[in-house]
Amino acid sequence: MNDALVSEYDLVVVGGGTAGPMAAIKAKERNPALRVLLLDKAHVKRSGAISMGMDGLNNAVIPGHATPEQYTKEITIANDGIVNQAAVYAYARNSFATIEQLDRWGVRFERDETGDYAVKKVHHMGAYVLPMPEGHDVKKVLYRQLKRARVAITNRIVATRLLQGDDGAISGVMGFDCRTAAFHVIRAKAVVLACGAAGRLGLPASGYLMGTYENPTNAGDGYAMAYHAGAELANLECFQINPLIKDYNGPACAYVTGPLGGFTANSRGQRFIECDYWSGQMMWEFWQELQGGNGPVFLKLDHLAEETIQTIETILHSNERPSRGEFHAGRGTDYRRDMVEMHISEIGFCSGHSASGVWVNERAETSVQGLYSAGDMAAVPHNYMLGAFTYGWFAGENAADYIAGRSLAAIDGAQVEREQARVFAPLLRENGLAPSQVEYKLRRFVNDYLQPPKVTRKMEIGLERFDAIRDDLEQLHATSAHELMRAAEVSVIRDCAEMAARASLFRTESRWGLYHYRVDHPQRNDADWFCHAHLKKDDAGRMTSFKRAVEPYIVPIDSQERSAYDRLRVAGAEQPVPA
Amino acid sequence: MTFTFRETTQRSAAPVTVDHDKCIADKGCTVCVDVCPLDLLAIDPDTGKAYMKFDECWYCMPCAKDCPTGAVRVEIPYLLR
Repeated sequence: MNDALVSEYDLVVVGGGTAGPMAAIKAKERNPALRVLLLDKAHVKRSGAISMGMDGLNNAVIPGHATPEQYTKEITIANDGIVNQAAVYAYARNSFATIEQLDRWGVRFERDETGDYAVKKVHHMGAYVLPMPEGHDVKKVLYRQLKRARVAITNRIVATRLLQGDDGAISGVMGFDCRTAAFHVIRAKAVVLACGAAGRLGLPASGYLMGTYENPTNAGDGYAMAYHAGAELANLECFQINPLIKDYNGPACAYVTGPLGGFTANSRGQRFIECDYWSGQMMWEFWQELQGGNGPVFLKLDHLAEETIQTIETILHSNERPSRGEFHAGRGTDYRRDMVEMHISEIGFCSGHSASGVWVNERAETSVQGLYSAGDMAAVPHNYMLGAFTYGWFAGENAADYIAGRSLAAIDGAQVEREQARVFAPLLRENGLAPSQVEYKLRRFVNDYLQPPKVTRKMEIGLERFDAIRDDLEQLHATSAHELMRAAEVSVIRDCAEMAARASLFRTESRWGLYHYRVDHPQRNDADWFCHAHLKKDDAGRMTSFKRAVEPYIVPIDSQERSAYDRLRVAGAEQPVPA
Repeated sequence: MTFTFRETTQRSAAPVTVDHDKCIADKGCTVCVDVCPLDLLAIDPDTGKAYMKFDECWYCMPCAKDCPTGAVRVEIPYLLR
C-alpha cells in the first residue's frame, strides 16, 4: 500500500453522468448523515452520455398517454420476451415521478397548448416520447442539485477495481488520478456503479478510435469492475448496434424528426420500416437494406416545410451532439435538398439501448452484496436516460438503507498491492507498446470476429486473438498519467471483448434481430433458449455462462401481440430475392 | 548485434484550437480544461493559454460552449470530416 491515498465514505457512487448524480442525491435525501462521494473519470459538470444534454425522453410513461402495464408489454415484445418484467415494471411505475422530480429541479419538457406534456408516438405500439427542446442544460440542473445535497465530488479518478471484504461484500473501490497517477483507496460500506455503456468495444467504420456512438470515456469500466467482483452479467450477446449518421456516428434522430414528418428511407427515398424505434428487428431491416440493392439508408427530411426544417435544425444542432451542424456544413449537406446518409454503428454493450448489462433486480441490487448498479450498464432493457435516472434513484435509496448499521470492513492490503502493481506496470516499463496501437488492433479484431452476422468459427478465432492481446497488455508502455488511463481502458475493453464473444457463443440460436444473428444458428429457438443467459467469473477465475429462467410475467402478453415487432417492414418494400 | 528499441510518433492536426487573444487562461481560467470528458486540454506553461494536448477528440463541444470568452473552436476531426 505504498503511497496510496486512503479515504473513507459510507457510499461511493462511481460515475457522475446520469444515474450516478441521481443515486448520490437520493442517498443523501434518504439519510442526510451519510458521507456520499460521487467519483468521476471525467468532470461531473460535463460527463457521461448526456454531457451536452438530451433532446428528449424516449420512454416517458405519463398518465393519460401510457400506462406502466402497456409500457412493460411493449418493452417485453420489443426485447423478444427475454426480460425480467419486475425490473421493467418498477421503472414504468416510477417513470412519471422521475419526470416530475426533474421538472421541479428545472429540466424543461415540451408542453402542448393546454399545459399537458406533449407526448409523441415513435414506438410501434404506444406513445412514450417527450421532447426536451431545451435539454442542453440537464447537466447544469444536476450539478446544482448535487451541490445543494452536499454530495462530495472527486473528478478525474479512473476507478479500476472494487474492494471486497472476507465475506465477499463490497468494501470500497480503488483507482488512480488520470493527471497525477496518485493511487486512491476509497473505503465504503456500499458502492453504486453507474459507469455507462461499453462504448469503445467495436471500432467505428471510420477507423477513428474516439469516433464512437457513445461518449468514449464510457469504455466499459463498470462492466469489467462488476465482472471481476463476481457479479452476474445478463444477455451480453444482445449487442447495442444503432442506426447513425455515417462517419459522424451520432444519432440521425428519427425520434426527433419522426413526429415532425422525417423518416428513415432507402436510396429511392422510400420508407421501408414502419417504425423508427430502435430495436433488434428494426436494425435487422436496416441492415438488410444496407446490404441489398436499395441501400444505402438515409434520413429523409427534404420533403418538409422550411419552418419545420428550421425547428429540426435548432433541436438537433444544439442538444446531445451539437457539432452535427458543422459536420453537415463541411460536406455541403442541407436537409432542404439532401437526404442524410446513414450507416450502422460499431457494436457495444448498453442496456439503455438494448439489453446487455450487469444484472440487477428491481431494487438496483447486483448479485454481489453491497454492489448496486444503474444506468446504461445495468441490465434493465431499453432503459434510456429516464430509466437511468429512475434506477439511480432506486440504487441511492436502497444503498442508503443497506448501509444503516453497517461498519467499514478492514482493508485487505494484499488486494490493494496487487491492484497497484497491475495498474502501474505500464508506467514503470521503460519501453513497450503504445496503448492506442493495442486498442486499435483489439477493436479491429472485435469488428472482424464479433460484428453480426455472428459466425461460430470466427468468434472462436476472436477468442484466440483476445487471449493474445492479454499477453500484449503485459508489454504496454505509458509515458504519462493520461496514457496510463488509456492503458487501463485497453484492459477493460479486452475484458468486454472476451465477454461479448463468450456470451455470443453460448446462446446457440438467433434472437433480437441483428443484435444476435448467428449465421450457423439462424432460427429463434424458444424451446431451448427462452431464457436469460448470464455470465460471471466463477470461483476458479474462469469466465462461465449459464441459463436463468425468465421470471413469471406480471403483465401477460397474448400470442397475437407477441410478434408485433417481427412485422416492421413496410408492405411492398420487400428486398429483391437473388435468382 | 545490438537492436535498440525506438519509439516514433504520428503527427496529427488538433481539431480543437484556441484564440490566444480571447483565452484568459493566464488570468486563472481553466473551464475548457475542466469540462473535457476525455481530459485532452491543458494550459501551455510557455504561453499561459489553453491548448489541445492529446488528439482524442469526441467533438462533443463542452470546451467551446462553456468557454466564457468564446476562445475555443472545435472542428470535426479530419478522419470524419
